[in-house]
Amino acid sequence: MFAHFILALRQAGLNTSITEYLTLLGAMQAGVADYSVDDFYYLSRAALVKDERHLDRFDRVFGACFKGLESDDGVLSRDLPEEWLRKLAEKLLTPEEMAKIEALGGFEALMDRLRELLQEQKGRHQGGSKWIGTAGTSPFGAYGYNPEGVRIGQDESRHRRAVKVWDKREFRDLDDTVELGTRGMKLALRRLRRFARQGAATELDLPDTIKSTANNAGSLDLKMVPERHNAVKVLLILDVGGSMDDYVKLSEELFSAARSEFKHLEYYYFHNCPYERLWKHNRRRHDEVVPTWQVLRTYGPDYKLIFVGDAAMSPYEISMPGGSVEHWNEEAGTVWLERLTAHYRRSAWLNPTPQRSWGHVRSIHMMRELMGGRMYPLTVNGIDDMTRELSH
Amino acid sequence: MAGFKSTERYIASRDLEVAVNAAVTLQRPLLIKGEPGTGKTVLAHEVAEALGHELIEWHIKSTTKAQQGLYEYDAVSRLRDGQLGDPRVHEIANYIVRGKLWDAFDSSEPVVVLIDEVDKADIEFPNDLLLELDRMQFFVYETRQTVAARHRPIVIITSNNEKELPDAFLRRCFFHYIRFPDRGTMEQIVQAHYPDIRKDLAREALNVFFQVREVPGLKKKPSTAELLDWLKLLMVEDLPVEALRSNEKQLVIPPLYGALLKNEQDVHLFERLAFLARRGG
Repeated sequence: MFAHFILALRQAGLNTSITEYLTLLGAMQAGVADYSVDDFYYLSRAALVKDERHLDRFDRVFGACFKGLESDDGVLSRDLPEEWLRKLAEKLLTPEEMAKIEALGGFEALMDRLRELLQEQKGRHQGGSKWIGTAGTSPFGAYGYNPEGVRIGQDESRHRRAVKVWDKREFRDLDDTVELGTRGMKLALRRLRRFARQGAATELDLPDTIKSTANNAGSLDLKMVPERHNAVKVLLILDVGGSMDDYVKLSEELFSAARSEFKHLEYYYFHNCPYERLWKHNRRRHDEVVPTWQVLRTYGPDYKLIFVGDAAMSPYEISMPGGSVEHWNEEAGTVWLERLTAHYRRSAWLNPTPQRSWGHVRSIHMMRELMGGRMYPLTVNGIDDMTRELSH
Repeated sequence: MAGFKSTERYIASRDLEVAVNAAVTLQRPLLIKGEPGTGKTVLAHEVAEALGHELIEWHIKSTTKAQQGLYEYDAVSRLRDGQLGDPRVHEIANYIVRGKLWDAFDSSEPVVVLIDEVDKADIEFPNDLLLELDRMQFFVYETRQTVAARHRPIVIITSNNEKELPDAFLRRCFFHYIRFPDRGTMEQIVQAHYPDIRKDLAREALNVFFQVREVPGLKKKPSTAELLDWLKLLMVEDLPVEALRSNEKQLVIPPLYGALLKNEQDVHLFERLAFLARRGG
């Protein structure tokens, strides 16, 4: 009955199975949805989606299947980096407007204005249609762009009609996985898991029990040991923006692969070279910075430090104070990198650019030397080598 | 069919009602995720009450094993009894300790089982329960006995997303993600819990609450549970509404903020922002 819907879901990368489809049909037959479109939407969502990160994709497919919305070339575009939106804003807004917005109070307001502009644009271009297909100079390129998608307010009323419910795509913030192609990396990252005995003694230590029972003249003396636990802690520092834009997708794949493998996984972002500040959210990099000192203090030397970056930049950005392209850095990148690698016992750098091109870029060479040669390509083999190095 | 609906004390959104009713009708487990403090655990209590069933709670810890929910064979006490020459030792059934699921399966009337915070346990935990939750039966090796559910219990599982759950497990469940309630729903929730709260107090408190939630960089955003605690404190202290009122967009440190902010760093962050706002304004 809804086979095309299930197929569309699978095409969009949700691994919906026949079991779940049959469950949905069973529930329909039992009258749970009760001839209401809203309820059918809720029911199919509860039956077919098992991960909140997929809810947004589900909403889009549902919209496309049951309302005849045009889908954007069959490619479910990923969320647009805020960086691009900023660039677009710079392009669309006059300096006076920028000044006015600064006075109004920052980026939230700017995003509001941006949304207005985009809505006007929608009206002119494609009258009434949902997606904006901009061509030419816009950084949005081939991606369809849904102006509703720029999250400005938080949750609005939930009691609107259901047709709107999935159109609102409230779950897009949760979609952080790029699951495809991560299996190989997952396997490699599993090497990083090191078994360590920590915590409460819950497991019977048989050899020790036998020994102490014998020592105890045959009356039972139980000996316990803590259970094996995955105790690997990882601090992941990702390069974003600038020359890394091409590799953001690759890094995200790594990130989603890494998430489920460790006891603790903390991640921060930097641009080109780590300096005295990092940021926690890629989207709000200009509003929420974390001093690198704070990161050093917060996460102990037992964390394994992994940089992900292409290390392609001007050599000055590494070696000179004030070399950063974004701000004035008091201390050179080398100082900070040495500080970080000295603090963490185990550290490595993953580079998504092909290894054969490393020799041609001076900054990669420098960075590799700073890391003591521990720079690895972002491939399954590279990760394998890295995890072997890190788990010594 | 006695369906599950919002009650006087628990405001359930329509999508949650549909998900619960689907799980009840098809007798499948219902997996609930969501921000801490949005009423995941309370939901099980409310479902049990709405359907008039008993609730069996199984709280999961990092050391919990799937087997413990079924039964445990207490080999150690049998060994000890054997050494002391206790006659009980000959009957192995004396050393089988029943788990929560056994209790639920064995109950003479349908029950609701809450498996709370399933993600706390080992990564293999859900896999070990696959068959048991699917067939609602299991086998006791020591006594060669099969325990089958007399009535398939309604199983509600909550997760805080600390670990990913295996696909095979997920396929057998209905899933619902409790989103953080919007302003309108939050007003209903407050009304449901404190019907006699002063209107102006509730309004100002919600203003402050949503303002606090929007402060960037908070480690733990306050959620429904914290709001309700805080409102109770405000009502007990009988504070004047003016204490909550903030002018324009300026940030004020809310009175009794200890109920809202549970983290030292958050309190510091907040104090710093409030100080900046005062100085700037």
